[in-house]
Amino acid sequence: MTEARRPLPQATPETAHFWAGAREGELRLQRCDDCGHVYFPPRPFCPSCGSRSVRVFAASGRATLHSYVINHRPAPGFEAPYAIAVVELAEGPRMMTNIVDCPQTPEALVLDMALEVVFTPAGEDLCLPHFRPVDAEGKESRS
Amino acid sequence: MKPGSIAIVGAAETTEMGRIPDLSVLQLHADAGLNALADAGLTPGDIDGVATAGESPTTLAWYLGITPEWVDGTTVGGCSFMLHVRHAAAAIESGLCRTVLITHGESGRSRVGAARRAPQPASLPGQFELPYGPVGPTTLFTLPVLRYMKDTGLSEEKLANVAVVQREWASRNPRASYRDPITVDDVLSSRMIAWPFRKLMCCLVTDGGGALILTAADRARDFPRPPVYLLGTGESVETPMVSQMEDLTRSKAFRVSGSRAFAEAGIRHDDVDHLMIYDAFAHLPLYGLEDLGFVGRGEAGDFIWERNTAEGGRLPVNTNGGGLSYMHSGMYGMYALQESVRQVRGIAPAQVPGVEISVSHGVGGMFGASGTIVMGRDAP
Repeated sequence: MTEARRPLPQATPETAHFWAGAREGELRLQRCDDCGHVYFPPRPFCPSCGSRSVRVFAASGRATLHSYVINHRPAPGFEAPYAIAVVELAEGPRMMTNIVDCPQTPEALVLDMALEVVFTPAGEDLCLPHFRPVDAEGKESRS
Repeated sequence: MKPGSIAIVGAAETTEMGRIPDLSVLQLHADAGLNALADAGLTPGDIDGVATAGESPTTLAWYLGITPEWVDGTTVGGCSFMLHVRHAAAAIESGLCRTVLITHGESGRSRVGAARRAPQPASLPGQFELPYGPVGPTTLFTLPVLRYMKDTGLSEEKLANVAVVQREWASRNPRASYRDPITVDDVLSSRMIAWPFRKLMCCLVTDGGGALILTAADRARDFPRPPVYLLGTGESVETPMVSQMEDLTRSKAFRVSGSRAFAEAGIRHDDVDHLMIYDAFAHLPLYGLEDLGFVGRGEAGDFIWERNTAEGGRLPVNTNGGGLSYMHSGMYGMYALQESVRQVRGIAPAQVPGVEISVSHGVGGMFGASGTIVMGRDAP
């Protein structure tokens, strides 16, 4: 019920593939055909070399916990305290996200811990990429 | 800009500071502007260039009765005024105008006549940050810090100590909002805002304003106050999203802006007598000291702990008390510039003896932008 008031993204033509991917359970990144740079957030050209020859691909969904804060103040659609995180994807780019299936405490949220993407329904035709802990072998650690 | 070719000949803050419920945002700009004009012995008719952020330069010029031949509305957050100084210097030097007024006013606390900023869900932050629950600067500006702490070994105590040392400076400033001494324990036991940030590691939210007047150095001696010369300037931007910083433990915009300003001024770090680093949160002075090159990587926490930035230290920093204790209206950069001017003029409430060179370094957005101004008592 509180989810309805969470600020939700609105796709643009340049980002539609990312949000379509999230609905279909794929974390989509882009790679430059000319220089090989992998990047996020989406745009139809390479931010490293300027080439328009880029393609979308499905990322592995593996990541590590790069940094975070645990917000203690009220926020629409969230129950404080909750963590706002930056994760580093296995392919290189970083993204903001929330960490799910994990206590929202400094003890449980250990920097550089292994994570994997999960897609959380967040409204009509919309899923948000979230991340949850996995053990070293890549299996979900808290089943 | 040729170092020393442009000077600040007027500088003032709003008459009141802190809680000003009887003035709108626009009138805070005007109050500061009129005070700066009086400081320089000028009237609005003497001004032919205006620059401002947070209010449109059109509104500002019309409201003050100025007909400008040069305007700048660069708005990149709290360091916008550093960029205005840099742009105004270039404009004056190239003959676009002669006398520039830069104003800031913000009703951060009372919100009188203040615009509401509504994030757009189709913007890049609206798509790739806001859905994850950030509630403004307390959760965005602070987000890189755990990474910095792990990579450099900075402790929570040394982070808290930044606020403690700045409170010492504020205790000497009658206009500071918070003047009572605090300890590291006080900071660490203050209310949790966004772990690891407690309330006393976060800036104030207050009302105020400030204004500057710039002109060519060859005219500067005709004004009532001693001129403060511009020796070097720098600016840059990095990203609208803190999550997309190239390196969460360093600000690229700080490094580009700072190195450009130092190179232009032709100074070394040990030439600097006084330093202002925009401190919206306690980690900003740490990033600033390192990214400007005053200390090595990971050394800033110890540098402050060892009292180098405190009274009697070799590099006094944020001597007005900073955004943590003096005031923070939202776009604090103007107050850093004002304190640098006061220190170079020799009239600051917590005056550092014999300041010849002061550096004022600003941040905009959440590590999104930066501006750096090197000021000198003497032209080279």
